[in-house]
Amino acid sequence: MEDDAPVIYGLEFQARALTAQTAETDAIRFLVGTQSLKFDNQIHIIDFDDENNMINKNVLLHDAGEIWHISTSPADKGVLTTCYNKTSESRVLTCAAVWRMPPEWESGSHESPDDSSNNPQTLELLCHLDNTAHGSVACVLWEPMGDGKRVISLAENHVLLSDLQESSSKATISSSATLEGKGQLKFTTGKWSPHHNCTQLATANDTAIRGWDLRSMSQMYCIENAHGQLVRDLDFNPNKQYYLASCGDDCKVKFWDVRHISEPVKCLEEHSHWVWSVRYNHSHDQLVLTGSSDSRLILSNMVSISSEPFGHLVDDDDLSDNEETQQDDKVKEPLQDSIIATYEEHEDSVYAVEWSAADPWLFASLSYDGRLVINRVPRAIKYRILL
Amino acid sequence: MSSATTPPDSDPSRRRQVHSMLKMYYGLNEEGKCTEQAESLDPCDINGPHFDPEIYLNKLRQECSLGELMDHESCMVKQIRSLDSDMQTLVYENYNKFISATDTIRKMKNDFKKMEDEMDCLSANMTAITEFSARISGTLQDQHTQITKLSGVHTLLRKLQFLFELPARLNKCLELQAYAQAVNAHRKARCVLQQYSHMPSFRGIQDDCHVIMEQLAQQLRQKFRDGGSSAKDLSECVELLLQLDEPAEELCDKFLSHAQSRLEADLQGLEAELKDSPVADTSAASTHKPSPGPNPVSPSKSSTSNPFLSPTAGTDILEFIDRGCNEFVSSLCLVIASYQELFINRPQEGELSSKNIPEMANGKLHVFVDTLAARYFSLVERRIQEEKGVGDNSLLVRALDRFHRRLQAITKLLPGSAVPSQGTEIVVRAARERIKQYLLALQTFYHDSLTDVRQALAAPRLTVGGASTSGGGALAASKDAQPNLSELLTSLSNFILNQLKSVLASVHLFTAKDITFSNKPYFRGEFCSQGVREGLVVSFIKFICQSSRQYCESAGDRGGSTPPALLLLLSRLCLDYETSTISYILTLTDEQFLVQHHTPVTPVTALCAEAREAAQKLLNHYVKVQGLIISQMLRKSVETRDWVNTIEPRNVRAVMKRVVEDTTSIDVQVGLLYEEGVRKAHSSDSSKRTFSVYSSSRQQIRYAPSYTPSAPMDTNLLSNIHKLFSERIDIFSPVEFNKVSVLTGIIKISLKTFLECVRLRTFGRYGLQQIQVDCHYLQMYLWRFVSDENLVHFLLDEIVGSAAHRCLDPSPMEQSVIEVICERG
Repeated sequence: MEDDAPVIYGLEFQARALTAQTAETDAIRFLVGTQSLKFDNQIHIIDFDDENNMINKNVLLHDAGEIWHISTSPADKGVLTTCYNKTSESRVLTCAAVWRMPPEWESGSHESPDDSSNNPQTLELLCHLDNTAHGSVACVLWEPMGDGKRVISLAENHVLLSDLQESSSKATISSSATLEGKGQLKFTTGKWSPHHNCTQLATANDTAIRGWDLRSMSQMYCIENAHGQLVRDLDFNPNKQYYLASCGDDCKVKFWDVRHISEPVKCLEEHSHWVWSVRYNHSHDQLVLTGSSDSRLILSNMVSISSEPFGHLVDDDDLSDNEETQQDDKVKEPLQDSIIATYEEHEDSVYAVEWSAADPWLFASLSYDGRLVINRVPRAIKYRILL
Repeated sequence: MSSATTPPDSDPSRRRQVHSMLKMYYGLNEEGKCTEQAESLDPCDINGPHFDPEIYLNKLRQECSLGELMDHESCMVKQIRSLDSDMQTLVYENYNKFISATDTIRKMKNDFKKMEDEMDCLSANMTAITEFSARISGTLQDQHTQITKLSGVHTLLRKLQFLFELPARLNKCLELQAYAQAVNAHRKARCVLQQYSHMPSFRGIQDDCHVIMEQLAQQLRQKFRDGGSSAKDLSECVELLLQLDEPAEELCDKFLSHAQSRLEADLQGLEAELKDSPVADTSAASTHKPSPGPNPVSPSKSSTSNPFLSPTAGTDILEFIDRGCNEFVSSLCLVIASYQELFINRPQEGELSSKNIPEMANGKLHVFVDTLAARYFSLVERRIQEEKGVGDNSLLVRALDRFHRRLQAITKLLPGSAVPSQGTEIVVRAARERIKQYLLALQTFYHDSLTDVRQALAAPRLTVGGASTSGGGALAASKDAQPNLSELLTSLSNFILNQLKSVLASVHLFTAKDITFSNKPYFRGEFCSQGVREGLVVSFIKFICQSSRQYCESAGDRGGSTPPALLLLLSRLCLDYETSTISYILTLTDEQFLVQHHTPVTPVTALCAEAREAAQKLLNHYVKVQGLIISQMLRKSVETRDWVNTIEPRNVRAVMKRVVEDTTSIDVQVGLLYEEGVRKAHSSDSSKRTFSVYSSSRQQIRYAPSYTPSAPMDTNLLSNIHKLFSERIDIFSPVEFNKVSVLTGIIKISLKTFLECVRLRTFGRYGLQQIQVDCHYLQMYLWRFVSDENLVHFLLDEIVGSAAHRCLDPSPMEQSVIEVICERG
């Protein structure tokens, strides 16, 4: 069974920020934010045509500065946030803002795709997430599956929960928490848990992972020394509410059960350099994607700690009785964890990987040299999971 | 007269004729009857019986003439006359005979008459005698019966007297302690007494006897119980008691319980010893601990308790076992022997044999021996367990040997007993335990050695740390401090090896020929292969590998509490093990123990592979740790600086100098333990001077276009082209076992970190220039450490390139200026 060759798209600029368009469930669409200090930065909207294996791109101008982080509203396709560097008076500050894509980008792109790069449309600024008091913003998180009204921004050592009002044109900080401690603490990244009614947040600073309760804005747990070195990324298991994946500079990917934080449930050490990004597949949580600065992308099958440790539960149509199936499954041997594939299409450090929001078998990765690669889960694995 | 009468002419035939006629006359016919009858039928035959004179006469008258008749008549008259004379002679003759016969008869008649008279007289006499005799016996009859009766009474009386005297006699016997007689006497009387017990007097006697015998039995029992008595006494005692109808079972029980109490005392003695020994034992154990010679890595045992200061030094195990053997086992044997004599091997007599005593007794004996032996064994085992000190194994082995040897006596005495096999099991267990202890001791020894190595490493480390802050002196200091790394390695490995050898020698004692249990199948087979080889040697080697691996896993995550030098040392140690030590140790073991592999054993290759794996892991980890230490410095230096608003570079940053210094010291460190390794041939421009040319030319080409406004694409293109031709660099990749590879790994990690950090920052003009200076400085010094200098060049180019990219105002510094700054230091 031959798998489709990966689709590669090159950006002119260096880039670190990648996201799938969360609210878009029909088209396979990724957004990439560029990093350039000298030129106007852009947001590339990459549409992938699954049938023809083709890429359509649209470019929007983001003239506020180089983009370090990008995320899209879960409710409104047109709304996104970026974290960007603003240089003023020889001071570099990372700001965050909510933007709206111009409504006509789609039509324009179809008419003259070649022109779009030459004469790109500009994003419409909805509001700044004011952070002057709190310093550089590391990332902005939308409420998962929310109505696009609540965002969290991690600025230095603050967690700021903001409400977006009046069609996102106004942001007010509704609550905040501050991490106190020795030295200059700084959040590197964070993840808003889709479980527990979206009341939990996990953040990373240095080698520690912390969990926060958003109702009280207080710390719930703290995994000190989760990684030997800096923690680079986190992701929640979409199906198992207490499971969390993390990765970091010790080249490891660790899986945690936040109820038992003394030891990781599982630890992968496949990369030969820092792991910058880890992502659970949105529907099949045994598929875990990691990107590293060894320029590799690894897709792992973490069956043993997934929500389907014994394979797909409803694989047998005759067995309507769920309990019976489960009993059957207990007898089965747990499947082996394994690496499905290592992707070596990148030649520079891979800083971001994302699963598509629309197609669960498709993912994109972005390396620093501006290369975006779109890959699919190998068919054999796909069928094994499905069937 | 007959002769006189018989005429001389009478011939025999005539006589015969006469005779036969006489015979006929008397009716006697003998021979010639037929003829006579034939003749006689003729009535004319004158000689026939049927002669009829009338017929005859008629006949004659008819036939014969007168002449003839006249002749016939004269013949006849002649014949009659001869016959008459014959008759006369015969009668005469017979008359004489008859007369003589009559005379004889007359004489006889007279004689008989006399005899008859005498006979009558005799008969009369006899009658008289009979009469008299009857009379006498009649008179004597009474007296005789009386005498018989009297004699019966006499015997009875004597018996009665015996009976009546019995109590007194018994008492006397009792007094004289002549128990055997007493019992004998009583035994005789017992039945009678039993029979006549309904008579009051006998009853009294019986009761008395009973009381006395009771007393006797009591005394016997007392004696029995007292135990002071000799075995012979005891056996007598038992025999008597048995005769006294004492139940054998009870006796057995008593005997055994009696013996038990004595043995119990022995056991308690042992136990008491066991109780107060622990205190002494630990001190003893500490003295037994191996105390290696004066060597830098010698584990400094802090044995605070001086062995000479403990006067109560408890008995060692040999003494303990000795005591156990001499006291308990020998008395147990004695008990068994005498018991068997008493109850089992006794010739059976009388009613006793029916009770099946031997069987019962044997059963009891087994139970008894088993329980006691079990207690003894538990004590011995406790004692053996206390034997933690692994120093002098010979003592233990000798003790076990003695223990085992003495138990053989029980085998001989009590063939079916499980005791000896249990004993053997104890020995086997002890041996197993011993091996475990040795393994543990080896492990602790290893750990202690490592701790000492750690300390030895830490001491010079501190001075290096202090010195390195002062700059240039650090190198010299570290060079002075380092040489003992290889020394440490050799002494450590020698130590471990020696310790292992001494342990093997100790364990070897178990299989010595003069040890009784060494020819048990366990000690010949399983002990050698599974116990010593697998359990001890292989386990220890595995332990070394495993503990080494643990250093990589646990310590690495939590910030590396293990000093990197130790990792390096261990890695080399494991590698040495892989190359030679393991096979040496195993060959040694196999030779010493003549291991016959009945069961599958770990092959040397598997162990070597494991050791190599451990060595590789340690070395990788070492690279990682050292790389991280340097990366950490670089990262902090990049992250904490405000690169936008920095001043124009005047100097190489101190951090870079520190990096170079550290790399140098690592180089020295690794060089002590690992070979140089292969590096790619240096190009002619490797020297510093030519390098700068190369560097400047490369760099200018490289990022000059990148800040010309028109060419963002070109940068990418260039770098991509460059990457196309260079191999992918695996940053944290396994290294080879040589210095260059190790150093390459460390430098790769450091520079890659530098690169990633630079990419996260934004630079001002001077920021970029500072990076340029730093990179140049690194290039000047780092190329010599790596296998492929292009790698360094490439990474440094990448760093400068990235910095240029991230620069707000990219105006690079002149190459010459950079060189001046770098040379200035």
